[in-house]
Amino acid sequence: MLKNLTCIVCPMGCNLEIEIDDKNNKSIKKVSGNQCKRGENYAKSEIICPTRTLTTTILTNDGRLLPVKTDKPIPKDFMFECMKKINGQTVSLPINVGDVIIENIANTGANIVATKNMR
Amino acid sequence: MKKIDLVIIGGGPAGMSAAISAYNNGVKDILILERAEELGGILQQCIHNGFGLHKFKEELTGPEYAWRYEQQIKQRNIPYMLNTMVTKITKDKKITAVNSTEGIFEIQAKAIILAMGCRERSKGALNIPGFRPAGIFSAGTAQKYVNIKGYLPGKEIVILGSGDIGLIMARRMTLEGAKVKAVCEIMPYSGGLARNIQQCLNDFNIPLKLSHTVVEIHGKERLTGVTIAKVDENRKPIMETKEYIPCDTLLLSVGLIPENDLSRETGIELDPSTQGAIVDQNRQTSIDGIFACGNVLHVHDLVDYVSDEAEIAGKAAANYLNQKAENNIHISIKTDGKIRYTVPQRFTGTQKTTLYFRTADVYENAVIHVRDGEKIIYSQKKRKLLPAEMETITLSEEIIKNVSSNSLLVELEVVKNA
Repeated sequence: MLKNLTCIVCPMGCNLEIEIDDKNNKSIKKVSGNQCKRGENYAKSEIICPTRTLTTTILTNDGRLLPVKTDKPIPKDFMFECMKKINGQTVSLPINVGDVIIENIANTGANIVATKNMR
Repeated sequence: MKKIDLVIIGGGPAGMSAAISAYNNGVKDILILERAEELGGILQQCIHNGFGLHKFKEELTGPEYAWRYEQQIKQRNIPYMLNTMVTKITKDKKITAVNSTEGIFEIQAKAIILAMGCRERSKGALNIPGFRPAGIFSAGTAQKYVNIKGYLPGKEIVILGSGDIGLIMARRMTLEGAKVKAVCEIMPYSGGLARNIQQCLNDFNIPLKLSHTVVEIHGKERLTGVTIAKVDENRKPIMETKEYIPCDTLLLSVGLIPENDLSRETGIELDPSTQGAIVDQNRQTSIDGIFACGNVLHVHDLVDYVSDEAEIAGKAAANYLNQKAENNIHISIKTDGKIRYTVPQRFTGTQKTTLYFRTADVYENAVIHVRDGEKIIYSQKKRKLLPAEMETITLSEEIIKNVSSNSLLVELEVVKNA
C-alpha cells in the first residue's frame, strides 16, 4: 500500500510517499520524496505512532499567561489530555525559559517547559 | 535634538537582527524604537513551534526565537526604547516619535532601518454583505486574545482564508475547546504552508474547502452563522452551491500587508506588488541611507528569512555609515506576470545576491530564467512553485558583473501548469 504524507518536521513541507508492507502490518518498505533524513524518521513515526510537540499557555499567579511547550513530541492522541492537565494548573512567577513547569505530563515522558522569561 | 548614527524603527525579529548585524559591523551608536511594551514583535504571540530551523538548527517557539535575539541585543548593550511610536520620518532622516515619558521628541539619524513589519488585511477590504455583528476577528487578533489575554473569542468557528495564522489558530482554538467547522479558501490552493495543513487541519479533521468563500454574514448583535459557496474559475460565487454554517465566530486570515504608512509619507518609492519599498541588493530604499527589511519590505513565510534579510540591511547600513558603500551600477529587475515580484528590485553593486520571489499561480516542473536583453544569463529548474511559498535564485558576482543592459527580466517557463 502507498501512503502520501506531508512532512511537518520543517517548513519545507516535503511530499512523502511511503510504501507500507501490507502483510507485515505497519512495517515500512520505502520512503521517498523526503529531502533529508528527518523526513524518513518522520514518516516512520507517523505511520507507527504519530507524535507532535504541544504548545500552549499556562495561567500564572498574577493572571498573565506563560507560553509553554512539551520538551519532546508526545503521541498525538495525548494532546487533549495534556491540555486538560495544563489548563487545570497555575504557575508561580518568576519563570525562566526552559524551566520545567510540569514533569512527565500524562505519563508521556515529556515535560512541560516555559518558552519565555516572566517576572 | 538627539543625534544618533543608526535608528531602527521596530524591535521585532527584523529590527533586532538588523541592530545586531550593524553592531557587529562596527556601528555602536544605535537606537531601536519599539511601539510595544517588549521586544520581539509578533513572535511573542506566536507560541507555536517551527521557528529557527535554518538559523539555529532547532525548532523553537516564537517567544524562544525572540529571546535568542533579545539576549544578543542585551549582551551588546544596544539601546532600545519601548512603548515608543514613531509618527514621522523625513527625507533628511529626522524622526518624530512619541511616548508617555518623553512626550513628542525628535531624533536626527545618519541612517535609518525600517523594520515595522506588516499588518493583517481587514474585512473591510473583502466586501462581504450583511450586518456587522460581534464575533468577526482577524486571525492575528484572535491569536492575541487566546495566547496573550487568555480569552477564547468563540466556541464555533469558521475561518475565511487559509493563511498560516488562520491554520495555526484553527489548531490552537481546537486545543482550547472550540469547534472549528471549516476553513474556506477562495483560491484553488492553500495560502499556507503544506505542513500547517497537515498538523493544524488534518490532525483535527478540520475540513479545508478550497475554491469556497463566505457570501453572507448572519446575525445582528453577535454572529449566528455564515453562508459559504463554491466559486467558479473567476472567483465568482456559484449561488446554487450555497451552504449555511451556524457559528458564533468568523476568523479572517486573508493576507498580510507591509505596514508602510510612514514610508509612504517619507516619499519612499514603493512596489505595488509587494506593497513594500523598492530596494537594491543592500535593502537600501530610493532614499540614500534609509534601508528596509523583514515584513515591512515584503511578507515572508519564515522568520529565519526575515533575520537573514535584516542582517543584509544591518551590514549595509554600517557600510553606508562608514562610507564603504559601493554604488557603481544601475540595473533594474523586472518580472513577467507569472513571477509576481522579486526582492531586491534593482542592483547597484555586483556582489553575489539572492533574489527572493513569489509566483502568481501553482506551477510544476518550471524553469526560472534571468534574461539580459535577448540573452538568458541564468536558469534554474524548480520542481514545484506555490504562491504561498517564497522562492529564491542566487546570482553570482560573475553573472551580475557581465550584465550588458540596464534591466534584467526574471521569467518563468512553464513545462506543465498544475
